[in-house]
Amino acid sequence: MSAHGEAAHAVHKDYEGAKIGMWLFLFTEVLLFGGLFVLYAAYRSVYAAEFHHAAGSLNVFLGVFNTVILLTSSLTMVLSVSAMQKGDVRSSINALFWTFVCALGFLVNKYFEWSYKIHHGIYPGSEEMAAHHDKGEVLFYGLYYMMTGLHGFHVIVGMICMGFIYYHIRKGWITPDDYVKLENVGLYWHLVDLIWIFLLPLFYLAA
Amino acid sequence: MAYAGVAPERTTFYEQGTTDKPTGLKSWLLSTDHKRIGIMYLTAMMFFFAIAVSLGLLIRLELLTSGPTLPFVNQRIYNSFFTLHGVIMIFLFVVPGLPSVFGNFFLPLQLGAEDVSFPRLNLFSFYLYMTGAVLALVSIVMPGGSPDTGWTFYVPYSYETGPAAIMAGLAAFVLGFSSILTGLNFVTTIHRMRAKGMGFFKMPLFTWSLYATAWIQVLATPVIGITLMLVLAERFLQVGVFNPALGGDPVLYQHLFWMYSHPAVYVMVLPAMGVVSDMLATFCHRTIFGYKAIALSSMSIAVVGYLVWGHHMFTTGISPTSAKIFSLLTFFVAVPTGMKIFNWVATMYKASIELKTPMLYTLAFIFQFSIGGLTGLPLAALSTDIQLHDTYFVLGHFHYVAFGGIVFAFFGGLYYWYPKMFGRMYDERQGVIGFLLQFIGFNLLYFPMFMLGLKGMPRRYYDYLPEYESLHALSTYGSWILAAGLLLMAWNFLRSLGKGEEAPDNPWEGTTLEWDTTSPPPLLNFDKEIVVTRGPYDYPEEETR
Repeated sequence: MSAHGEAAHAVHKDYEGAKIGMWLFLFTEVLLFGGLFVLYAAYRSVYAAEFHHAAGSLNVFLGVFNTVILLTSSLTMVLSVSAMQKGDVRSSINALFWTFVCALGFLVNKYFEWSYKIHHGIYPGSEEMAAHHDKGEVLFYGLYYMMTGLHGFHVIVGMICMGFIYYHIRKGWITPDDYVKLENVGLYWHLVDLIWIFLLPLFYLAA
Repeated sequence: MAYAGVAPERTTFYEQGTTDKPTGLKSWLLSTDHKRIGIMYLTAMMFFFAIAVSLGLLIRLELLTSGPTLPFVNQRIYNSFFTLHGVIMIFLFVVPGLPSVFGNFFLPLQLGAEDVSFPRLNLFSFYLYMTGAVLALVSIVMPGGSPDTGWTFYVPYSYETGPAAIMAGLAAFVLGFSSILTGLNFVTTIHRMRAKGMGFFKMPLFTWSLYATAWIQVLATPVIGITLMLVLAERFLQVGVFNPALGGDPVLYQHLFWMYSHPAVYVMVLPAMGVVSDMLATFCHRTIFGYKAIALSSMSIAVVGYLVWGHHMFTTGISPTSAKIFSLLTFFVAVPTGMKIFNWVATMYKASIELKTPMLYTLAFIFQFSIGGLTGLPLAALSTDIQLHDTYFVLGHFHYVAFGGIVFAFFGGLYYWYPKMFGRMYDERQGVIGFLLQFIGFNLLYFPMFMLGLKGMPRRYYDYLPEYESLHALSTYGSWILAAGLLLMAWNFLRSLGKGEEAPDNPWEGTTLEWDTTSPPPLLNFDKEIVVTRGPYDYPEEETR
């Protein structure tokens, strides 16, 4: 979905244009999550105590660990772009690889976190939820799964984009003179990181 | 901008495409040429428009008499009729209509550019649109009946009713992404692809309106995306966000829905205002009055339009303070809109007006849109809205804006740009007769709705008391006259494709850049480099006056 277009019927490379397109796309992503943040704000003000209580059941260590992983991946992404700028294709690919590994690590952590919760019957619509949790907590977990789920989906999309970028670099379509696609995927990845920075305090640290 | 002689022998974009083979189905379906994509949108949309009009006619027919009228229509089917009429009209025609058809075809031409910034993304948007359209059509034949929630998909009904509502919601979700990508493409194009010398204040007003529209598309549409996704999650996962039994609040759905859908009204109407501004200048043969005011009022409508969604919810029990603020802001939207109307009227003052068919549509737009706009004010006022909310008054208001304004501007634009798009002239006499039928039919159809609403007739009802019968009948007669006008127009356009006179390059003596190339344009739009040295509506005689 990265906005790397060039007129098919004319040699027309517009570096600036491609980046404007990407930034506009990032705005839409912010607004997509914005709807969920609005819901979170509304329900947190109604069910403050329940949110506080439910947030206590989340594993702060795993949340913070995942934050560190994502921040590291943002660093390696920047290194990949700047290596490409300097003409060091080899290092650029290496840094991209480590970004991919971090993304994978994030998802593995997320998998353990979610499966632990689901194993204990904490998921929307379960009998356990209906029996032992009141409305505010149900909403908290509902939003938790929706927002971290949508974020996780963005991580997966980011990994697919990195795969494409790797392929493009190997094919020689991304070069030190023409690397806007790499840079745009980098921008996207930073947004994924940024959204997580907001999710961490709202869910894990709210206890 | 030089009007130097045009090279005599040039191939049009119909004869030369972006694919290997210049003609044939594949050369269209895989084309990244903005003009071909615009024509594909037009073809698809006329088809969906015809379906939605037929549904509208069936609704009016059912309401002809009090009590059951049509033998095969019961309450359930009636609900599906108005739902599908709304969903198809809004999501498949009125919202994407002007930007996707005329925006695609004429934005690059008016900028003096070869294409949009991201041609492949543009084609992708078209396929997203078609995917959404197919999902909407599939929802009609889903087991459990067609969608019957109304086009607004209000919870809790939309997560409790049959699966078709989910399919229709999914369609709106996909169409939203098509709209976002089109907006993203247009903002970038306007920033990056303007011809040499074309500053922002040398852009035609249609382009200005597309700029404001594109920003709303980018910044408002994602909210409907997430909202419809939450309805899906509510249905399949019971997350509870909109379900009162689980602690959620259905009114929050309405907030999120209108956060998108009210700005979407301006996505529909701003480009219509842009087309009207262009046509007005052309058929008055003079520069438009208050160019900058019109251009900037589009932007201010876009900004203020963001903050007024609450006026759809005055009767839901939102806090009186927020209701008052929403009411005040809604009145503010009328200010830039009024500025436009006054500027248009001032442009016509003492002008030599040429009453061609597009100009007739322009005049009808100003008349009907003014009625539509002014009847919005009683709905924005807190006290009168309590009386008028969810009555036929709202229907009348909405259709005067959406049909009397936007769709009339669309038809006007189609007549105006037909010679450029297809290289043929339409039949002027048929055009005028078709217009008169549409104008009379439209007003007869929708004006009685204001009176019905004031008398208390609620919207979306299958049946009504006998005292409303005469006005309902009048409205239904109007729908037949309107349909006759639409058929004549369709015949005129289809017949002229083959049999129309060959169109000159600039039949209306227009001054914007699209008239500076051949009809129809070549693949890369212009055969020379465009350098803009004057304003978009500077008529040569005015410079010497």
